[in-house]
Amino acid sequence: MKITGAKALMESLLQEGVDTIFGYPGGAILPVFDALYDYDKEIKHILARHEQGAVHAAEGYARVSGKVGVSIITSGPAATNAITGISDAMLDSVPLVVITGQVGAGLLGSDAFQEIDVIGITQPITKWAYQIRRAEDVAWAIARAFYIAKSGRPGPVVLDFTKNAQSEEVEFVYKPCKFIRSYIPVPELNLSQIEVAAQIINSAQKPLAIVGHGVIIGEAETELKEFLEKADIPAAWTLLGASAMPTDFHLNMGFIGMHGNVAPNMKTNECDVLIAIGMRFDDRVTGDLNTYAKQAKIIHIDIDAAEINKNVKVDAPILASAKDALPALTKLIKPTKHKEWIASFKEYADLEFEKVIQREIFPQSGKITMGEVIHKVSEATGKNAICVTDVGQNQMAAARYFGFTKSRSLITSGGLGTMGFGLPAAIGAKIAAPNRTVCLFSGDGGFQMTIQELGTIMEHQIGVKMIVLDNQFLGMVRQWQELFYEERYSFTRMKNPDFVAIGKAYNIDGRWVTEREQLDEAIADMLKDDKPYLLAVKVEKKGMIYPMIPAGTTVTNIILGD
Amino acid sequence: MENPILYTIIIFSENKVGVLNQITVIFTRRGLNIETLSVSPSAIPGIHKFTITVFTTEEVVKKVVQQIDKRVDILKAYYNTDDGLVHQEIALYKVATDKLLAMGSIEGLIRKYQIHILEITENCVVFEKTGHYEDTQKLFEELSQTIGVLQFIRSGRIAITKSKLERLSDMLEELKKLEEKIDK
Repeated sequence: MKITGAKALMESLLQEGVDTIFGYPGGAILPVFDALYDYDKEIKHILARHEQGAVHAAEGYARVSGKVGVSIITSGPAATNAITGISDAMLDSVPLVVITGQVGAGLLGSDAFQEIDVIGITQPITKWAYQIRRAEDVAWAIARAFYIAKSGRPGPVVLDFTKNAQSEEVEFVYKPCKFIRSYIPVPELNLSQIEVAAQIINSAQKPLAIVGHGVIIGEAETELKEFLEKADIPAAWTLLGASAMPTDFHLNMGFIGMHGNVAPNMKTNECDVLIAIGMRFDDRVTGDLNTYAKQAKIIHIDIDAAEINKNVKVDAPILASAKDALPALTKLIKPTKHKEWIASFKEYADLEFEKVIQREIFPQSGKITMGEVIHKVSEATGKNAICVTDVGQNQMAAARYFGFTKSRSLITSGGLGTMGFGLPAAIGAKIAAPNRTVCLFSGDGGFQMTIQELGTIMEHQIGVKMIVLDNQFLGMVRQWQELFYEERYSFTRMKNPDFVAIGKAYNIDGRWVTEREQLDEAIADMLKDDKPYLLAVKVEKKGMIYPMIPAGTTVTNIILGD
Repeated sequence: MENPILYTIIIFSENKVGVLNQITVIFTRRGLNIETLSVSPSAIPGIHKFTITVFTTEEVVKKVVQQIDKRVDILKAYYNTDDGLVHQEIALYKVATDKLLAMGSIEGLIRKYQIHILEITENCVVFEKTGHYEDTQKLFEELSQTIGVLQFIRSGRIAITKSKLERLSDMLEELKKLEEKIDK
C-alpha cells in the first residue's frame, strides 16, 4: 500500500522510537502536520512559541534522556530561527534531528515564498544536512539521520523536506541504518595506545583526571568511578562534565576552568600526569595554551580524531569512546594510593572556601547573592534535581553551587553560550524526566530572550521551577566591564518588567523575593507540588563570579576578589 | 612559526550533492585561500576525488584535513608536500594567428615547451601545455612578452602519490568486511 511522504515520515519516526516532538507548523510543512494529526496517540507534539524555543526544548530533552531530540518546523524564517539551537547542539554534541519544511522541488532556487537555502546555511553547523526531494527518500533519510545524530560523537542533523515529497506517495519500507562506509563513528580500541597510557599512569606520582561531556554521552560513569578508584586519581570536571561524578564522591575535586574551583585549576599546573577524558581542551578550560599543564604528561581519551592534538599536544592519545577506553585502562593500571597528593588539594579548597564560597553562599549581610539562592534550592531538593541554566553569571554560579547525585543533571549551553537557552531547555528536560524536579536558573537578560515559552509551559502544564536571578544587569558582561573596562557599564543596565506578573498572565504561580528572610519559605512554596512556578529573586546588582581566571591568561592569575 | 608552504590535500568522497560546500567552508573558517581545486570521478564508480592546494603550515593543514575527514560523506582525506607527489597542471593559450606567423619559425618554441597545437584558424591558434605551475607560467610569460596572449586558462593541480600504499582500495576492502560483520 502506498502512503504519502508525510505519513512515511511519521512511520519512520515511530520506527526510531520517537514519542515526543517539539515543533511549530507553517506553510511548507503543512502536509506533515496534517499527517501528525492522526498520530496523536503515538506521538506527543509540544507546540513551542518560537522555533528557537522548539529546538532548545528538543536539546533539553536529548541532554536529559540521551535520546535523539526531534523538532519539526516550516521553511524560511522558521529554519533561520532554528539556527541558534542547531549551532548550540553542534558545539555541545547533542543528538538532534531537525526537520524543516521546504518549498516544492519545482520551486527550488526561484526565491519562492519562504524559500531559503537551508542546506547551505546548516552544513557548517550540522553533522549532516540533507534535502529530501522525493517521497522515496524519506525512510532512507530518517534512518540515516538518526544513526548519524546519535552515534559516535553525537550532533544535530537537518532534513530539509520539500513540500512535493511530503504529498507524493510511496511504498513504505523501513530499514534502520547500521553502517555508512564513509563514517566510522566509534573507532576500534587500539591496545597499544592503552598500554602506553597505562604505563604513564602507573609511574605517576601526582595524576589528575579531567572529566568531560564524553563520559556522560558514552554512559561511562561507572567505568570512570572504577578507573579513578583503582589508582586513587583525583578528578575535576568541565562544565559539560558536571554530574558525571556525584558532588560528594571522594575523588571529585570540583569544577575546572575560568570560573572553576581553585584547587583543580592550580593542580593542573602541578600534576605530573593529566588524564583528559571526553573533553576537548576548550579555551574556557585551558586559558593560555602556552602555559597550560606544561609540566605534565598528557593522556587524551576522545572519540573524535579531530580533537586529538587540536588545542593541546598530547603525549598519549587514546582514540576511543570513554566506555571502551576506561575499562581497558583500569585493567592495566596498578592499585595505588596518592594520599599526600590528594590531601594537598585541601589547602586550596580551604582558601577558596574562606575567600569566595563562604561569603557567596552564607552571606551575613547585604543583598541576596546568586550563590545562596542556588545553594538553598540545591539543598531543598536533596541534590537530586535537574539543574538547567541560562548563560552568564547564573550559569557559572549554578555550576559551582548546585549539587548532584545523578548523571545528566546539569543542562547548560557550554560551547555556544546561548542566552535564552535555559527556559525552553528546561521544558524539554522536564518532559524527558517527568518524575524529577527540574530547576531553571536564569538571569533577567537571558530569561527575556525566550520568555515567550512561558506560553508553552502554560499550555502543556510543564512543571518547571523557574528561578529568575534578577540583578537588573547583564551580569557577566557587567563583571567584565568592572574588571577590564574601567567600570564603564555600556548598555548592560536593564530596566525589567515584573516577572511574577508576567508569570501570572500565563497562569503560572510565583512570587518575588527581595529579602533574605523570605527565601527559605519561598523555596519551600515553590517545591510543594509539581506545578510550574516562577520565583523571581532580587539579587545583588554588582555580584561577581569568583574565582576568575581572566581569558587567555594562566591559572596563577586567578582572581579571588577581596 | 613555520613558514607556509604549498600542501596538496587529496580527498575521496561519496558522490553527493553539497560535498564541495562542506569542504570549502572548512577553509573559509580558517581564512585559508584555496590555490587550486580539481574535482572529478575517481577510478571507483560513485567515488569522487578532490585535489586542493593551499599555502599554509603543517600544523594547520593537519587540522584542516582532520576536519574534512570527519564529515560524514568523506571517505578519506590526507595531505602531501610536493616531494611525495607526481603532479601536473594543464594550460591553454590562445594567440593571434597573424602575430604567431610574424614570428617566423615556431619550431623552436614548440620543441622548447613541448607544446601541443589544438586548433588553428584564420584568427587564432590554441596551444596546450601540461606541466608544473612554473612550466606553464614560463610559456605564458614568454608569449605575453612577445606576441601577446588573447586568452589563457590553467587547470587546478591533479596529483598521484608516490607511496606504496594504495590507500583507497585497501580502505574500501576493509570497510566492506566491516559492513559484512555488522550485517551479521
